[in-house]
Amino acid sequence: MRSETQNLNHLKQGDCTVNLTVNGEQKILQVQPWVSLLDGLRDHLNLTGTKKGCDHGQCGACTIICDDKRILSCLTLAVMKNGSEITTVEGIAHGDDLHPIQQAFIDHDAFQCGYCTPGQLCSAIGLIKEGKAQTREEVKELMSGNLCRCGANVGIIDAIMEVKAGGGHE
Amino acid sequence: MNNFEYKQAEDVATAVNLINKQDNTKFLAGGTNLLDLWKYNITNPSGLVDINRIHGLAEIEELPNGGVRLGANFKNADTAYHPIIENKYPLLSKAILAGASAQIRNMASNGGNLLQRTRCYYFYDPDVPCNKRNPGSGCPAKEGYNRIHAILGTSDHCIAVFPSDMCVALAALDALVNVEGPEGKRTIAFANFHRLPADRPDLDNNLEPGELITSIDLPDKGFAQNYSYLKLRDRHSYAFALVSVATALELDGDRIKDARIALGGVAHKPWRSTEAENFLMGKSANEFNFAAAADIILRDAKGYGHNDFKIALAKKAIIRNGLMALNPQSQLPGAKPSA
Repeated sequence: MRSETQNLNHLKQGDCTVNLTVNGEQKILQVQPWVSLLDGLRDHLNLTGTKKGCDHGQCGACTIICDDKRILSCLTLAVMKNGSEITTVEGIAHGDDLHPIQQAFIDHDAFQCGYCTPGQLCSAIGLIKEGKAQTREEVKELMSGNLCRCGANVGIIDAIMEVKAGGGHE
Repeated sequence: MNNFEYKQAEDVATAVNLINKQDNTKFLAGGTNLLDLWKYNITNPSGLVDINRIHGLAEIEELPNGGVRLGANFKNADTAYHPIIENKYPLLSKAILAGASAQIRNMASNGGNLLQRTRCYYFYDPDVPCNKRNPGSGCPAKEGYNRIHAILGTSDHCIAVFPSDMCVALAALDALVNVEGPEGKRTIAFANFHRLPADRPDLDNNLEPGELITSIDLPDKGFAQNYSYLKLRDRHSYAFALVSVATALELDGDRIKDARIALGGVAHKPWRSTEAENFLMGKSANEFNFAAAADIILRDAKGYGHNDFKIALAKKAIIRNGLMALNPQSQLPGAKPSA
């Protein structure tokens, strides 16, 4: 692995240097250009909270927040996000204080196996930030990119509605 | 999945030049379709030219002629929720929001939306023949599982459909596509952008090699008073259209002064019928006339077995969407949601 910083304007023959702020910490990734942001987070930064479900943009398990927007880390190359600020599920709580959406997921039985949960949580935070979903029907529509095979969807929507109603939270 | 080289371009000329210097290099914008196709071994680029940092492509601006220019790198979600689009081109806003998921709309670019490839099962399976993926190898869809396939404008070589929702609205609105390539800049009318399969289903559109979409222009006329987008699909959200309809009407009392009807999910490109739209001119905006227009649009429709139902479904969708366009507040994005 080459360690020198490379000018990103030039052809990458090998590794690329990717600077990211992940959960508030500066990180430098040395990755090949075809490494997805998902694999970069999981395999290079050991942030395995973000899950690989389908790896094709169909399930939403890999949802993270990048520059304040929820995106799919599986369909993004790490190198595309040089300079970006990223929040994964590991970064949403403040120490031992759960993020309100995490507490609401617990209170509403919003998961069973838990595999889709990190993506659901990040997607829910993105949805609340976007501020486009007011009604329950709109929340369902704007959470449709996150599948839950355990069928905890009713609890997930309940949890989001509660945090939205609480106001003031992220 | 193959390895590839990666390069960032900071201006359009550099991007175009990079593409031309090397075979099988592709532009990378949102990546939502390209990287998926790469993972499935459907496309094997030797290099990607990342255009996300090109200055000036991620903007939206009002044009002197009253229209609006959408930058190619402006995101689908940002477009749909932009006040200018919501107010002046609500049909476009509704169509974009009917497509994909919130996450994908946050990633996908406007230019890339036009370049989505078909979701035909056979195209997506590298182990079977497909004239679009491997010209001359055959089309198993014609006698295979073709429930999602085309009923209009098909050929013996391909019955795939173009999957975009956004483009159905852009077709209805008579958008223009601005491109820049090795030979310079040009503008392509939306109706001429995508192709029918004919004997070259490997070509989805009329871009020349190395041409980059830089922006999409919307004409002044936004049909904000009477419009509706209806998308019918197997599940209520996050699924491709079996049939979708974008209807835009200009009314004088109950008489139709101008009508646009574009269909998605039924052909290799967003489908419009000038004959049907002309038929509606001056007529009353009612169920009877929308049904007659639907009959014109679907006159040459042909089913392939599993997708025969699309012909009847399209007729009902055209009628229902025409009626919803009379009262846009009444429109539902799809089938009535279950309780």
